[in-house]
Amino acid sequence: MHTLLTDYFPILVFIVIAAGVSGAMLGGSLLAGWQKPYPEKVSAYECGFEAFDDARRRFDVRFYLVSILFIIFDLEVAFLFPWAISLGHIGMFGFLSMLAFLGVLTVGFVYEWCKGALDWE
Amino acid sequence: MILTQIAFYLFATVLVLSAAMVVSARNPVHAVLFLILGFFNAAGLFLIAGAEFLAMILVIVYVGAVAVLFLFVVMMLDVNFTQLREGVQRYAPVGAAIGVVLLAELVFTVARWQVVPHPAPIAAGNGLPPGITNTEALGRLIYTDYVFLFQACGLVLMVAMIGAIVLTLRERPSAKRQDVSKQHARMPADTMEMMSLSLGAGTTGNHALAAGRDGFLRPHDGYGAVADEGGPGVRAPEDHEADHHHGA
Amino acid sequence: MNWTLALPEIVLSCSGLFILLFGVLQKRSEPSFACTMLTLVAFLVTGILVVVAPDGAGYHGQFVNDGFSRFMKILSLGAAGLAAILSLDYNRQEKTARFEFPVLLLFSTLGTLVMASSANLMTLYVGLELQSLAIYILCAFARDELTSAEAGLKYFVLGSLASGLLLYGISLVYGFAGTMEYAGLRQVLTGGAPLAAGLVIGLVFVIVGLAFKLSMAPFHMWTPDVYQGSPTSVTAFLAGAPKAAAFALLLRVLAQPFGHLAGQWQLLIEIVAIATMFLGSLAAIGQRDIKRLMAYSSIGHMGYAAMGIASATDAGIRGTLVYLATYLIMNAGTFGCILAMRRRGRALTRIEDLAGLGRTDPTLAVLMAVFMFSMAGVPPLAGFFGKLMVFAAAVQAGLWVLAAVGVVTSVIGLFYYWRIVKVMFLDAPVAGAFDHRAPSLSFVSAVTGVATVLFLLVLGPVTGAAQAAAAALFG
Repeated sequence: MHTLLTDYFPILVFIVIAAGVSGAMLGGSLLAGWQKPYPEKVSAYECGFEAFDDARRRFDVRFYLVSILFIIFDLEVAFLFPWAISLGHIGMFGFLSMLAFLGVLTVGFVYEWCKGALDWE
Repeated sequence: MILTQIAFYLFATVLVLSAAMVVSARNPVHAVLFLILGFFNAAGLFLIAGAEFLAMILVIVYVGAVAVLFLFVVMMLDVNFTQLREGVQRYAPVGAAIGVVLLAELVFTVARWQVVPHPAPIAAGNGLPPGITNTEALGRLIYTDYVFLFQACGLVLMVAMIGAIVLTLRERPSAKRQDVSKQHARMPADTMEMMSLSLGAGTTGNHALAAGRDGFLRPHDGYGAVADEGGPGVRAPEDHEADHHHGA
Repeated sequence: MNWTLALPEIVLSCSGLFILLFGVLQKRSEPSFACTMLTLVAFLVTGILVVVAPDGAGYHGQFVNDGFSRFMKILSLGAAGLAAILSLDYNRQEKTARFEFPVLLLFSTLGTLVMASSANLMTLYVGLELQSLAIYILCAFARDELTSAEAGLKYFVLGSLASGLLLYGISLVYGFAGTMEYAGLRQVLTGGAPLAAGLVIGLVFVIVGLAFKLSMAPFHMWTPDVYQGSPTSVTAFLAGAPKAAAFALLLRVLAQPFGHLAGQWQLLIEIVAIATMFLGSLAAIGQRDIKRLMAYSSIGHMGYAAMGIASATDAGIRGTLVYLATYLIMNAGTFGCILAMRRRGRALTRIEDLAGLGRTDPTLAVLMAVFMFSMAGVPPLAGFFGKLMVFAAAVQAGLWVLAAVGVVTSVIGLFYYWRIVKVMFLDAPVAGAFDHRAPSLSFVSAVTGVATVLFLLVLGPVTGAAQAAAAALFG
């Protein structure tokens, strides 16, 4: 247990350095910058008008389709990691079992390709 | 060991706090960002528990894909969240009352909770040589012992794929798609017609000739793109031809 | 490992993949008719394989084939096949005929088969998810209609909640028992060790999750809206095969791994069954929409079927199985009649629309009346025998209250079923006759109508098969 966590020590160092550098950038500009805010300066400017509405706009549902399809293939890839590192142990049967799994998803892939779900019109 | 405990309490505290922020954040986009923070801390907890693979999957799948999907959904729905929030305030007393009842029941349950003297060993974990990583241990089981469930999961994923397409994909007949094979198969004779024009007849004479044979150019397939048919912005076929005359 | 155990499932999934590819590669015409026919053929082949598949457990204790699974699989396949036939003309008339419909129906049915054969809590969950996910999509299949999209979304959100509860229960059971296999759980529970509270809580969560899928009170809220909003061809399926499969899970989980905890769950099931029967019969009285009425009616039927489980005996489970068989037949027939309710190309679902049907279309009216009386449990129709067997089992097990509630709610049920018959035969027609009936609807209604009337002739074999199935469950 303890050895497992010590394996992640470099990542911890990495996170600390990343936090330090980004903190230094933000803090440095905060300290060194010349700041004199007043209401007109910080308000949104839109050609002299008040801002009409929220900056957020509705997304098209097509984005959603793309991200759902991405998640499905992401999950499929997640199954590949344990398979790849234990392939020597699980032998031919494990190999074929993954091929069948990929085959099922390939059928799905052919379906979505032929349906035109991958085209961005 | 003390470091592990510190890490546990750190991750657990941030996880609970960010989960609280997810439900209380005013801006839904902030809620999703807190959710991502929560996922990261949950991944840290999994690491402490020794479940490396789950931790990494949490980061890859949930942070990388699911949270992005949530962002899309939040931006797609265009829900007026201030309106929703008014309802929360109105129903808060009822909700609080139910919460108190549930909490009381939970306290009663836990009060007579008997911790099992000898917890049963986890069956699937037996028989693995020590020193094997978490991911490899999973890999040795999923694809062989649990092949039936593994394939069934593949089918579940495929049904999800069909569902996403069935429910959201719309045929847009007005859109012009590129069809490479159609472009390649296109011959000059399909679109162009060579004509001999009489000299000195001027535009009027030649125009009469052209009108009799309906135009100089005959676009058949619109340069490899699927032509408008039945779409909302569809024009009459004569218009279509006329357009190409101008182009020519 | 014995591969052939799951041969029906393998064949069905391969044919599902094939039909999907066939449908998408067929460019010329909309291939939904051909795909539905192929799906029916696949169901038939799978049914034959189910009958001849060998008994035994396999796939490392995740999968089991026995008399019980065979009985439930045949019920599921039959109900799904009837639903597929019913969808043929309706989808075409409603302009929702796309080839994904039969494919999703097939994969949902595959999920029910996996559920019937589960020997492990994980198989239970994966089968349930496969079945539910396909149904969520089917409910929202008429995506341009607001009601259909709402039904799909509502079912999806509440169904996910139920799945979450189920998973939480499974994780508690796993944590306290150390295994998810039914056989292993049974060993742990009969080992004489003190019963952990967490295990009981886990069991209750599992029961709640399954009760949700069965729409038993107080987890029934989604049912009326989803039944009403979904395309009627989907409702016909939703009320059939998935209910049978969820019952298969409930029966197997309660009888096999947790059979020794009968004292813990018997009272719970009894209370749920009483609440479900009351709710199903009382709430149905005021309904004006026939699909909503069918939703409450199916809630009530789930209560009667659960009566057999509550008695926790061989005879009780046999009664539940016979009840389910009769319910599926009546259900398919009734939906065949409901789908035939069309005037000038528009589908109708209000009960008033049936007024005067006895004069305008006597055949349909008589069929509908047969199904209504059968659902109410009038002898000698099919529904009577199912009710008789579960009531008898409850009385034998000493559950007098349960049996009394069953009789009272049956009488209430007779009232609202009779209301439909009254509207059909005694009220004056308000509009003209219904449109000409599609052949698929006539076929299903006629076949199930004959089966309902003449159920007495096959009562012996069906009861025998149910007896064998119940014995396999306990043995």
